[in-house]
Amino acid sequence: MGFVSRGFRGRPRDEGVKLPPGQYLVHDFPVLSAGPTPRVPLDRWEFAIDTEDGQTHRWSWQELMALPAETPTVDLHCVTKWSKLGTDWKGVSLDTLFADVESSAEYALVYSYGGYTTNLPVEDLLDGKAWIAYQFDGEELAAAHGGPARLLVPHLYLWKSAKWVQGIRLMNEDWPGFWETAGYHNYGDPWREQRYQGD
Amino acid sequence: MNSRRLVWRIARLVEIRDETPSARTLVLQIPGWPGHLAGQHVDVRLTAEDGYSTQRSYSIAAPADGERVELTVQRVPDGEVSPYLTEELTVGDEVEIRGPVGGWFVWRPNGTAPVLLVAGGSGIVPLMAMIRARRQAGSRTPFRLIYSLREPGERYYAEELRLPHPGLDVTYLYTRAVPDGWARPAGRLTIADMNTGGWPADFGPECYICGPTGFVETASDILLAMGHDARAIKTERFGPTGG
Repeated sequence: MGFVSRGFRGRPRDEGVKLPPGQYLVHDFPVLSAGPTPRVPLDRWEFAIDTEDGQTHRWSWQELMALPAETPTVDLHCVTKWSKLGTDWKGVSLDTLFADVESSAEYALVYSYGGYTTNLPVEDLLDGKAWIAYQFDGEELAAAHGGPARLLVPHLYLWKSAKWVQGIRLMNEDWPGFWETAGYHNYGDPWREQRYQGD
Repeated sequence: MNSRRLVWRIARLVEIRDETPSARTLVLQIPGWPGHLAGQHVDVRLTAEDGYSTQRSYSIAAPADGERVELTVQRVPDGEVSPYLTEELTVGDEVEIRGPVGGWFVWRPNGTAPVLLVAGGSGIVPLMAMIRARRQAGSRTPFRLIYSLREPGERYYAEELRLPHPGLDVTYLYTRAVPDGWARPAGRLTIADMNTGGWPADFGPECYICGPTGFVETASDILLAMGHDARAIKTERFGPTGG
């Protein structure tokens, strides 16, 4: 261990809690976004998956609600350093939404109402790792937290869990999204502390 | 893709300026600092003797000046890092820093669109960096600042903002207590405040809003209702969490 901050002791360590490097625990739910909060009326809401062959699969709000839902309890890790443990969500697994999607694309660009984008490998969306979430803590998801629905992909830093999700474009090449273009890491694994490009 | 890697650097505290009883500006000397844009922030890492370390993000308060970097830190009650930075750290002490971080909430001096800055409380910090960058560059871009605070004693940079800055208009809003003789009663930001202190939407200003989440939500909703383009509204939010 090299550098020591003179006189710094920090909070008492909770040995029972294991956080990714550089993260600290919070109990509220901070909001971070780059612009105004879009408000999407449910009767005009739509979610789409666009394949690399130009096929589009669409779901209205009613169609999304009619799909089998899951209630994952997951830990959230934000690149701005806070982690929130044991959060309760309800949503539709991406495995369900991908069931009839024919694609061999390796990359996904997630896009949102309001213009936000983020990219990740398709395999990080499948096998029980990601959801289109529309409830948090038993309540409808608030607009400030990404409602009516957001992507939830909790094994990556939270900027990958796109708020106000509108669709996923499947592609044969990787396209950096909003924060990925602005200097943040392309993949964003909190356990490897991949905050910024080059980490 | 650039390949620039953000490395941890040792920063030495060279100057302290108290802004309010609970906020102070730390002037750091950081050998090898690559420079930054107004609006960016840094990560600060503290490490205890037993190896425990923790990090927080802080906005930079002034434009690039060689190896000097200024942060203004608000002490958060029961915080883990901000009490150390505002009470414990003294001139000559060192902390670890990496950055600059954030390429979105930035103002570049070659910008020509009018600028509206809307600050809630300590959200003034990155906006002050933009005001100072404008002055440093000799820019004539018209700026307006709306700065909302609980009461006058919480103003940061009070002396500096009192000086005349041609092309910069400053409007203070107080939410709990106002100075003697102040015309506007204490209260939260309204559309009337934004109409008076801001720009009409058809001037096409770039808008930067920084403050606590509720404040930022209110301010950006008001701007949208006034017809401002959502793409011209950039936000940075401070949760109640931090430390």
